[in-house]
Amino acid sequence: MSDHDYRPKSKVGQWFNDRLPLLTLANHLTDYPTPKNLNYWWTFGGILTFCLITQIVTGLTLAMHYIAHADMAFESVEHIMRDVNYGWLIRYIHANGASMFFLAVYIHIFRSLFYGSYKAPREIIWIIGIIIYLLMMAAAFMGYVLPWGQMSFWGATVITNLFSAIPLVGEGIVTWLWGGYSVDNPTLTRFFTLHYLIPFLILGLVILHIWALHVPGNNNPVGIDIKKPSKDTVPFHPYIVIKDGFALLMFMIVFAFFVFYAPNILGHADNYIEANPMVTPAHIVPEWYLLPFYAILRSVPDKLLGVVAMLSAILILAVLPWLDTSKIRSAVFRPLYKQFYWILVADVLILGYVGAMPAEGLYLLIARVATAYYFLHFLVILPVLGFKEKTLPVPLSITEPVLGGSPNLAAARNKESKIE
Amino acid sequence: MKNLFKLFSIIILIITSNSYSFAAEKVEYLKTDWSFKGLFGKFDRASLQRGYQVYTEVCASCHSMKYLSYRNLAEPGGPEFSEAQAKAIAASFEVTDGPNSDGEMFTRPGKLSDKFVMPYDNVKAAQAANGGAYPPDMSVLVKARGGGVDYIYSLLQGYEEAPSNVSLDDGVYYNKYMYGNKIRMAAPLSDGLVEYGDGTNATVEQMSKDVTTFLMWSAEPHLESRHQMGFKAITYLIILTILVYFSMKKIWSRVESEV
Repeated sequence: MSDHDYRPKSKVGQWFNDRLPLLTLANHLTDYPTPKNLNYWWTFGGILTFCLITQIVTGLTLAMHYIAHADMAFESVEHIMRDVNYGWLIRYIHANGASMFFLAVYIHIFRSLFYGSYKAPREIIWIIGIIIYLLMMAAAFMGYVLPWGQMSFWGATVITNLFSAIPLVGEGIVTWLWGGYSVDNPTLTRFFTLHYLIPFLILGLVILHIWALHVPGNNNPVGIDIKKPSKDTVPFHPYIVIKDGFALLMFMIVFAFFVFYAPNILGHADNYIEANPMVTPAHIVPEWYLLPFYAILRSVPDKLLGVVAMLSAILILAVLPWLDTSKIRSAVFRPLYKQFYWILVADVLILGYVGAMPAEGLYLLIARVATAYYFLHFLVILPVLGFKEKTLPVPLSITEPVLGGSPNLAAARNKESKIE
Repeated sequence: MKNLFKLFSIIILIITSNSYSFAAEKVEYLKTDWSFKGLFGKFDRASLQRGYQVYTEVCASCHSMKYLSYRNLAEPGGPEFSEAQAKAIAASFEVTDGPNSDGEMFTRPGKLSDKFVMPYDNVKAAQAANGGAYPPDMSVLVKARGGGVDYIYSLLQGYEEAPSNVSLDDGVYYNKYMYGNKIRMAAPLSDGLVEYGDGTNATVEQMSKDVTTFLMWSAEPHLESRHQMGFKAITYLIILTILVYFSMKKIWSRVESEV
């Protein structure tokens, strides 16, 4: 990014830019050389930025009308739904926006896994991404508590109780988290405060995420290092801007469908019952995007080990750049890894499914096998694969196949378009 | 591109089927055609008005509807009673107000701005009057039950003699759609229970449909404007997407790479 010798044309611009180089930054962002072979899986970064901004804007508006009090929260949400001008629209965008955010982030993460975007020199981008993902889960969980419905209350009870698994100090920590001896008003007010804070932390981390990205530049479907700028790159504006914009619009159509025609399908009916500490719902289930981890938690018979397994399932991703020993980034040139990749995708979907089911009988067995496989993938398969796998020959540049490159590569690209 | 769309639909299918699978019980609910379903779904105005009549004459003696105000009855997208009718409905209820300048609470006839008067002062009073069972508030009831409108519609018609192997306590009834089949509410509807002003035959089926429609509106009072806006928003997005697609093709035609 330092190869810019940008100088604004106008005198005023030069004066300003010498004191605060915002124009240099703007120029960098528009000129930023981007690999020209990025496919649509690469548009989810922009989509995620859109999701974050949408959540912040709708969230701020909701916060103007919401009352964080155990006796009034449920009623204030109904007030928003009924009496606030377009309150129903704002709330449904915010509630479904959380689901859309996670849908996009899962695609973004699995894109990274497929094309090896987490590998050197992009480890820091990846680790910041994992921290963002963790914060997203915290924000989503606390946001789900705010309407103070039955699932809010009991979800909060179950999740905060996980901390009681910590030896010796566990119970004390839970009381401290609750601000009392059960989930109650103090819990609600602090969750509201944190739910308000976290998105801005995420915003800060997103800026670092993009900054770290702009140092080495984007990975690409071929997964090779490219010269920038060169025949292999296009300037971010207008090429990537319009492509991201097109993908974002497609995404928004899906988003709008949920908001306008199925706004409650992703939620749980019990959350329209006001929180009642005396009545426990038949099944306490988290939102769909947390289900795989919920399944891992429940598949371990011991409470403490269950919590450890669940946390490890996420934190293991942070060390992924060092667990994956293969020098080749893109799965396009890793025939074995590609198969294991799709098995992992299926494994996580299965975990999500059994996470929604009662933890008993066959479901529990499946959850255990799937949990074991999840860890096997990262701890055994990936490290070993790097040494054992016979990878396909990798091209020297992106333009090579386009300008009539090697037959091997043409085959690889065919395969690639199949999974696209 | 096409594949991307395919994947999108698959993911959505998985998500939705997932959330369905634990929300729905095994029983098959009774089906009827709801006018408010679908892209252009709207409430049947006459059915809403009849539904309000069933609610107020039958349900309201036990079930509160505390998030609704009488003014809602005259608002667009609802039963759309005339303002005079809604005022008359409100005035037929006694509302406790105050304290006045002497520090006393007093009662007065209801106004449009008042919330629906509750049959009991609090949950405890409601439980005491109903053998320990709390008749749930009906404001968002259809959204608070897994099967939604179909569940409520079926439940109202699901009363039957208990099978011989099921023993029922006093004040407990058998309903084939209720979770666990045991319900503390006696069959609330019977043919001809209310007399519809528009001459519609008040069968149990008709009343169930009307009151369920009314409950759908009470839970989603802005459903009609949501559907209308949704159609406009999605149409707009589709047109814009097509325009952006061709702009993108044009811009990318300058580089020898495909989008």
